[in-house]
Amino acid sequence: MNKSRRNFLKTSAFMGASIAGVASTKTVKGAPKNILSDDRMGVLVDTTVCIGCRKCEWACKTSHNMPTEPIEKYDDRTVFEKRRRPNANALTVVNEFENPNGKFPIDVKVQCMHCDHPACLSACIVGAFSKEENGTVLWNGDKCIGCRYCMVACPFQIPAFEFDKAWSPDIKKCDFCFDRTKKGELPACVEICPMEVLTYGKKSDLLRAAKEKIRLYPERYVDHILGEHEVGGTSWMYLSSKEFTQIDFPKLGKNPAPGVTEAIQHGIFAYFIPPIAIYALLGGVMWLNKNRKQTEHGEDE
Amino acid sequence: MEHFFKPTPIQKKFFTPLVILISAVAINGLVFLLGRFVFGLGAVTNLNDQFPWGIWIGIDVAAGVALAAGGFTTAALGHIMHKDKYEVIIRPALLTAMLGYTFVAMSVMIDLGRYHYIWHPLVMWNGTSVLFEVGICVMIYLTVLYIEFLPIVTERFIGRVDLPGFLRKFNNIIDKLLRVLDRTLEKTMFIFIISGVVLSCLHQSSLGTLMVIAGEKMHPLWQTPILPLLFLLSAICVGFPMVIFESLISSKSFGLKPELDVLEGLGRMVGPMLLIYLTAKIVDVVIRQTYVHLMVINTESIMFTLEVMIGIVIPLRMFFSRKISKTPEGLFWASAFVIIGVLMNRLNNFIVAYTPPYAESSYFPSVGEFSVTLGFIALEILLFRIFVMIFPIVSVPQKVAFKTKYAVKGLFR
Repeated sequence: MNKSRRNFLKTSAFMGASIAGVASTKTVKGAPKNILSDDRMGVLVDTTVCIGCRKCEWACKTSHNMPTEPIEKYDDRTVFEKRRRPNANALTVVNEFENPNGKFPIDVKVQCMHCDHPACLSACIVGAFSKEENGTVLWNGDKCIGCRYCMVACPFQIPAFEFDKAWSPDIKKCDFCFDRTKKGELPACVEICPMEVLTYGKKSDLLRAAKEKIRLYPERYVDHILGEHEVGGTSWMYLSSKEFTQIDFPKLGKNPAPGVTEAIQHGIFAYFIPPIAIYALLGGVMWLNKNRKQTEHGEDE
Repeated sequence: MEHFFKPTPIQKKFFTPLVILISAVAINGLVFLLGRFVFGLGAVTNLNDQFPWGIWIGIDVAAGVALAAGGFTTAALGHIMHKDKYEVIIRPALLTAMLGYTFVAMSVMIDLGRYHYIWHPLVMWNGTSVLFEVGICVMIYLTVLYIEFLPIVTERFIGRVDLPGFLRKFNNIIDKLLRVLDRTLEKTMFIFIISGVVLSCLHQSSLGTLMVIAGEKMHPLWQTPILPLLFLLSAICVGFPMVIFESLISSKSFGLKPELDVLEGLGRMVGPMLLIYLTAKIVDVVIRQTYVHLMVINTESIMFTLEVMIGIVIPLRMFFSRKISKTPEGLFWASAFVIIGVLMNRLNNFIVAYTPPYAESSYFPSVGEFSVTLGFIALEILLFRIFVMIFPIVSVPQKVAFKTKYAVKGLFR
């Protein structure tokens, strides 16, 4: 009896440890890159300057080798009749909103915000997203399994999926022109913008500039920089003359989107104590019940 | 203690009119499935950039995992608590869980855009991802289920290995191997049984954490940090009703007398569990003050009310009623309500509650999605039927002892 008990405990301990080994998540080598550099770059979008020429859409498609109409076709303003969203064929789009109080309508460019604490990165089952040193949130097609959990997780509803592709569809979203910025070039949309709506620079500098703008022209802007605090901060930030919910941005809190989930996850798996504890407890109960049954039987017979 | 019931392969004709109908549903599903692989997800489903997940995840995967909970709850009852009385239901529950999880894995696979990379989570780990945790747990648990099923295979074939033709000379070796396997499994099975229960608790709850990251996109009636607890409780609640439901159906289908005494015992345990689940759900709604959303009438509030009434309140009353929970009909319907309730809950959490900010229209599953989901369920039923005909799973009363059992029980009650 004693021997079998020792064996039981030994095997249980081994099993618990090996489960821990299999699912141990904190010290995994394959954990995705997630750098939050103080020198990360960003873009400040001043929606009060944008004229809705949509050159950025053309530049984006051209630099990403995506099929596009000739640039003259982009003068067509009827596309603004309908709200558009970035999709598998367009990583960025401009939408137009009526502006009853002002002279001109408000045009807003939409693309991935490149969050400081990306929900997609936290959620991705294989760690196909990375947060690069310069702030870019990058998708890696060599890892992605196409589960689309990033689309469920994204608070801005940005990642798009090639639903019409039968073999190896991609997740499509703005990559902050990572290949260009690596070489010291500007992102394609920033480079082409004729109105200087988009300012590319260090995030901390952009924030200072944005605050200065609001201070100097309080009648021009609402006192709110979208992306300063939303979901823990984003690389792309917006200035507007209207509340952001009126120009189609979701209302978001200040906490990083993955916060609650990661807290729960780390609670359940805190150093693997809870699972191993359940294992030990169940093992104990099983052993006790087995013994009790055997004694009862012994008395019966 | 003697066994009056013994698991035996069922000897019946495979095809009945109903089985033929079920086969047709399965084939229809497979046709649409072929369409998904040839033309892509967009061609067969109503999914889009706003609604990336549909019923293949909400029903096939999320509800599939929950409804396979009979496996770990009966394992805990029979093996860990050592309640010998319930041994007769362990094997059918194990088979259901094994088939259920196999189909969960297949549903995940067909829903993956890049299904050829399905092995990636094994080598590319992301510790912050709930989906990773669920995926790994389900994979290990599926393996554990197969291992738990092996003794049934060895029992079926030991001493009966009879290969045809030139393979005959291997008969002895295979038989010996089976015996070695059987002995090894007998000694180590407890490891797998406990692992199975632990793994189930982990992924059943983590399945609830999945949608927490959707944040504001999920309706506040369901979006709560205690979702993992609610998922675990509801999975535990649905385990026994699923076993009761299935046992009653299969005994009817095979013309056997249902083991009412055992099912009643299971039923008695469901009531208190439902009470705990209901309490957790009410406390959650009260503390987060989300009951305000129940004051308006819309899809969400109606679905939430239905889920709680049909899935918890009504069966709670039924299971606590001594009169109803003693009859096979009462047990059947009470169990069916719990099952429908949990099914609705998973559907609500993954689909109804999910309200993305830029949706132009709401999501409703396509004919293709329905076909594949129904087809998979049909296939599962057919496989269950095949398995119980090949392997000793369903306990059949042994003629000699049949009458004695009821006489004895009747006397002592």
